Amino acid sequence: MTKYLLAALAALMLCVGMAAAQDSPLQTLMQEHRALIEKASRKTIEPAIAALRDSGLPEAQTVLEKWQAKELWQRKEDGLFFFAEKLDGSAYQLIDIAGGGSVGEAEKSDLKQLKPNSGVRSLIGAALVQFQLLSPDRRKRVEALDAIQRDPAPEHLEALAGAIEEEPDAEIRARKERLVQLLTISFSDDETKRIEAINAFAGDTGVDARAALNPLLATTREAVAGDIPDGVNVANTLKPGQEEFSKEAAYDLLVTKDLAPRRISTADKRAALEANIVDGRVGGVPLAQLNTDGARERAYANLAEAGVVPPTATEAEVQAALDTHSFYDRYAEASIAVTDAARATLTSINTRVGLNQAADLTLDALSLASIYFLAAIGLAITFGVMGVINMAHGEFIMMGAYTGYVVQQVIPDYTVSILVALPLAFAVTFAAGVAMERLVIRWLYNRPLETLLATFGISIALQQLAKNIFGTQARPLTSPSWLDGALVFNDVVSISYIRIAIFVLALIFLGVFLFIMRRTRLGLEVRAVTQNPAMAASMGINPDRINMLTFGLGSGIAGIAGVAIGLYAKVTSELGSDYIVQSFMTVVVGGVGNIWGTLLGATMIGFLQKGIEWMNPSNTLAAQTYMIIFIIIFIQFRPRGIIALKGRAAGD
Amino acid sequence: MPNDRENNIMKLRMTSALVGALAFATTAMAQDDTIKVGVLHSLSGTMAISETTLKDTMLMLIEEQNAKGGVLGKQLEAVVVDPASDWPLFAEKARELLTVEEVDVMFGCWTSVSRKSVLPVIEELNGLLFYPVQYEGEESSKNVFYTGAAPNQQAIPATDYFLDELGVEKFALLGTDYVYPRTTNNILEAYLMDKGIAEEDIFVNYTPFGHSDWSKIVSDVVALGADGKKVGVISTINGDANIGFYKELAAQGVSADDIPVVAFSVGEEELSGLDTSNLVGHLAAWNYFQSAESDANAAFIEAWKAKMGDERVTNDPMEAHFIGFNMWVNAVEAAGTTDVDAVSAAMIGQEYPNLTGSTATMLPNHHLTKPVLIGEILEDGQFDIISETDPVPGDAWTDFLPESAVLKSDWAELGCGMYNTETETCVQMKSNY
Amino acid sequence: MSRSFFARNPSVLIFIAVLALFTLAVTMASEAAGSGALSTSFVKTLGKTLCLCLVALAMDLVWGYTGILSLGHMAFFGLGGYMIGMWLMYARTESIVAASMSNAAIPPTDQEIVDAIGTQIFGVVGSSEFPPVWAFADSLWMQLALVVLVPGALALAFGWLAFRSRVTGVYLSILTQAMTLALALYLFQNDSGLRGNNGLSGLQNIPGLTGVPQADVSLWFFWASAFALGAGYLLCAWVVSGKFGSVIRGIRDDEARVRFLGYSVEGYKLFVFTFTAVIAGIAGALYYPQAGIINPAEIAPIASIYLAVWVAIGGRGRLYGAVIGAAIVSLLSTMFTGGQVPNLPLGFYTIHWVDWWQVLLGLSFVLVTLFAPKGIGGLFDLVTGRRSPERHGADLGPDSGSFQEKEAEE
Repeated sequence: MTKYLLAALAALMLCVGMAAAQDSPLQTLMQEHRALIEKASRKTIEPAIAALRDSGLPEAQTVLEKWQAKELWQRKEDGLFFFAEKLDGSAYQLIDIAGGGSVGEAEKSDLKQLKPNSGVRSLIGAALVQFQLLSPDRRKRVEALDAIQRDPAPEHLEALAGAIEEEPDAEIRARKERLVQLLTISFSDDETKRIEAINAFAGDTGVDARAALNPLLATTREAVAGDIPDGVNVANTLKPGQEEFSKEAAYDLLVTKDLAPRRISTADKRAALEANIVDGRVGGVPLAQLNTDGARERAYANLAEAGVVPPTATEAEVQAALDTHSFYDRYAEASIAVTDAARATLTSINTRVGLNQAADLTLDALSLASIYFLAAIGLAITFGVMGVINMAHGEFIMMGAYTGYVVQQVIPDYTVSILVALPLAFAVTFAAGVAMERLVIRWLYNRPLETLLATFGISIALQQLAKNIFGTQARPLTSPSWLDGALVFNDVVSISYIRIAIFVLALIFLGVFLFIMRRTRLGLEVRAVTQNPAMAASMGINPDRINMLTFGLGSGIAGIAGVAIGLYAKVTSELGSDYIVQSFMTVVVGGVGNIWGTLLGATMIGFLQKGIEWMNPSNTLAAQTYMIIFIIIFIQFRPRGIIALKGRAAGD
Repeated sequence: MPNDRENNIMKLRMTSALVGALAFATTAMAQDDTIKVGVLHSLSGTMAISETTLKDTMLMLIEEQNAKGGVLGKQLEAVVVDPASDWPLFAEKARELLTVEEVDVMFGCWTSVSRKSVLPVIEELNGLLFYPVQYEGEESSKNVFYTGAAPNQQAIPATDYFLDELGVEKFALLGTDYVYPRTTNNILEAYLMDKGIAEEDIFVNYTPFGHSDWSKIVSDVVALGADGKKVGVISTINGDANIGFYKELAAQGVSADDIPVVAFSVGEEELSGLDTSNLVGHLAAWNYFQSAESDANAAFIEAWKAKMGDERVTNDPMEAHFIGFNMWVNAVEAAGTTDVDAVSAAMIGQEYPNLTGSTATMLPNHHLTKPVLIGEILEDGQFDIISETDPVPGDAWTDFLPESAVLKSDWAELGCGMYNTETETCVQMKSNY
Repeated sequence: MSRSFFARNPSVLIFIAVLALFTLAVTMASEAAGSGALSTSFVKTLGKTLCLCLVALAMDLVWGYTGILSLGHMAFFGLGGYMIGMWLMYARTESIVAASMSNAAIPPTDQEIVDAIGTQIFGVVGSSEFPPVWAFADSLWMQLALVVLVPGALALAFGWLAFRSRVTGVYLSILTQAMTLALALYLFQNDSGLRGNNGLSGLQNIPGLTGVPQADVSLWFFWASAFALGAGYLLCAWVVSGKFGSVIRGIRDDEARVRFLGYSVEGYKLFVFTFTAVIAGIAGALYYPQAGIINPAEIAPIASIYLAVWVAIGGRGRLYGAVIGAAIVSLLSTMFTGGQVPNLPLGFYTIHWVDWWQVLLGLSFVLVTLFAPKGIGGLFDLVTGRRSPERHGADLGPDSGSFQEKEAEE
């Protein structure tokens, strides 16, 4: 019984709610523009947003904000708009958009969530500017500034200028002032103010500054009969036949401007010939002979003579047309003073930007070098010091990365998990390295080529094992939030924190390596065993133990490198094989047996690759190809690497 | 699974071949009581990451169909082979499926190269292949049904979305260096210039498979905004290279509101490999998203998760196999036989409800009608569908490149996959690979 | 002379006889000329396997006999394939284009035909113009010559640079690996003019033989491969049997000593390197028309490593060892990855060979390297009762490529 009562009550409430919803002026206004709002498109939505913005209704701002945040819903049966809150199951609580509170419940299947696309959202954002610029909420003011920056409009200039005085927050105030300057450049009517604003940006590397200045210097290519008319802001005059403006291009320009007749293309000619086949002949030329260009010319000329087809424009006619016209690039901006100022400012900016780009490229190259170094440092120990070719080195890197992934599955906190993963990855790969050294490699000392094959076997077995265990999909390895983002110097120079972390890690390993090799007993023994195992053994050093530990150390470092590489790129079973050839080349180029050589090798490869990428930005693959070719040639001239060991340390 | 008898024969053959003696073995006969379905997806090698899922999808679909009583009263038998991401092996395995296993239909391939490798074999032996992945078009074979998107069903609508809805004026076309991105970007370049975008406003970059060092390329893209035009990125980056790319985008703080990225090869499966919290709002264009709301989709997802585990996601090529397989079943029932020519003829005009709520129709050019969906990446790695078109008919030969604008494919009336409408001749019956 | 050659190398006669019998058996069992017990696809597999045996032979010559562990010989193999593939694609497309254009109202000009071929071939990579490397693609004889010349020239240039600066041992291995990686990356680029990642495809359709069924074509190629392998074996056996053979084995075991004896070590090495590259090129030119498609992935470094592994498993330093290794490992790989081996249920876990074959293969390399350095070929020593020389534990030579006592022979 109570169930029915409740249902009746709910139905009653629904009716009341409906009535209220239908009554509110806001709902009425929205219903007027219902069609536009339902099928929101950036191209058509403007009137609906403007109506809401200019309605003067107090709730309009909330509606716009909710709509922007995809929190506006529509009931399918009557098309009314609501806010909604999720209840248990699939039911939603409907809330009146005009602030009337709850107006009943509805099933999800009866509702439609409005999902404006980001183009529409940015228009809503622009409309919200007037409400938000002076909002007490700091976040909303920032949002408003973002919206202006994305879609600058002339009407924002005044509103923004008026909002500077009352701005309490220094940072936002500075941003507002900068935005006003930028808007002045684009939209102000006052020429002196614009030029002032333009000059203020001299040497500024911000993308926004260039984004405001460059459109002033946008040009269109024009062609006119006779001389260039007065009062046009000419960027430069062009002569047909000069560099980058061929006579063909000039004539084509005339054709597109309807100042000259179209030339007849070979396809047109062919079509014309085809249309005029008479008794197996075209213009008197037999069809079978028309398989050369000369014969076709002849046939066409015959047809033209007979007046069947239009004659082709001769060279002389083309030249005459070019001679009687002027060609020039015209600035869209009418004021010469403004374009001059903009050009001067941009020149100063571009010099600055060029320098900064060089700095950015250097940072990129350093970062790449540190990644190569990190991947290669373990190899510098196993290959460089011990002379063991370990083709499974890449798979140790992969094991480290997977260790990181597994740890993150167990420990959800990213910071803690990374701190746990680093030593654990070291332990895992250290153990794997020791096991491999004991079981396989120690039987093959002095047989480096066999080691290569055996470790290659281990490499493909490990790769397949990883696939069997973790599947073929890439696994997520997420960096802690304090490594998110980038260290931004300005709009041109920036480097992500994760790359800085890798750089620091590489430096730390360099230090650790140097410390172990130069300052510890282990290092001394390693050097002794490497140079002369028999002599070292007779001095009381156990070469077996030393080899085992050294190999474990090299493998362990590969594991840590794996965690770092997994953080910045991806964790897949093929992670290791991506780095193995590069790593070997790093060590070989640098000079085997010398950590400084590996460092130099990594630096050289990193800078080289970035340098080639910079010269040919649209093809990264080419950069890698040429880098490898360069390395091959380099090794021809320095077969022992950049830093070649000399004397006894060289072994042979 | 191949049955034991054939395996024994195969082993016998191997050994006999090795010692050089003549083995007297009979050709394996297809068993009469089952209909064999070949599954030609890489289970190892680089493409296994994507293709294993499709193999599992096929096994699931076949299982379901068998539970419903099979086809023509016979049970379906899946013959799974592993071409191991090795393109020549695709051709070899296809020949094996057709001549040794004598399958009636094949579902397989992912990359365009693998398809081009298989094409000559199936055209020679008159096989039947269902190809489930979005591709670059410019092909229509008598023996292939393309259930993935042609460029006009993915790339062009997504570009229109960029132009119309986001007001993008400057384009960065980033792709992995292989045929799909190359051809797609060629088509897009022609299309954009048609739409009045200047050539210097289109930045193109190709990277190798598995590329991971994205910092310079992302900075280059950001720098494109320097002339005050809105920049958008159209990404045809393939596979796990996307992970590094998106991580770098997040690290450099490129927000979807400033520089939107629309990807053609990133789906739910790829996103499961990374943390998407910094990528919210970036876009992908497909014909299907897991988040599509329809009863058929809910059932499909439920069956998939029941079979493969809760954390698994569904994606667009899976839907393509779903449609393709069901259409094939209906075509076989309609034709009353599994004969390739009869089934091919019955395929054209087949209709089947897709998982997003509309209906897919098989066109005479062996492509489907598909709706184009554009989704924004959400925090949980799913997509929020913000735009959905009516089903678009797939176009084998794009209208935006001059050479192929004059070509058309019609297997029903013209019986030709590459018909020149200007000269009114069939350029070729078999594909050029 | 020839009598003494065969007398000194009985294995050559045995090998040729076995190969001939095998060819005969396959022919009689093939679909084209016999009972049809062997499917066409398997005949193709066998034909391809013979090509792989041929390139393994080359590898054995350069590694097993000369001690140069080249991890780049599959690059030469691939180049050979590319060279023949260019002609196959060009000629096939030409016939299609000519047929379709002959219907046009006006006969096409030569340039129009070439343009149309270009559009067909390069349409997939978004271009239509012939790159300069295709200059001779219309001539079968030129391309056949290039099959030999291009790998040969590359090997000559690379070898000259490398051997001249005395790059040896592991360094040379890594350098050759870098070479093949650079070549693969270069070919991956669409701008390289060889259709990038798509490679050259449809190569099994031989121009002018459109009416001939693949069953016949596959058998012809099988014969050609068998002949090439036989001829290659004879040639290699002849090369290694004389004084030349002694010198290169000397280089393998102690390069410095040979140099001090007055031999031009670099010259010998360069000859062997180039000669084997040419053999690899020919093997590739026979292989890819059977495979049907060639693309840069074929040249990736991993392929060359596999080649070394085949030779190691078969037994390096003996020609039949290389052939056996290549045949067995590649055929087993085909079987296991093809899902033709039944799964192995262990009760608690079922071993799917598709998943575990790579693991098995990897571990078997390790085991062979550790416990059977002579490889499978070593088994023949048991039959022939050949004994290794007694060196009292000393190695034959100090170089990294030199033989250890227990794997030495002859």
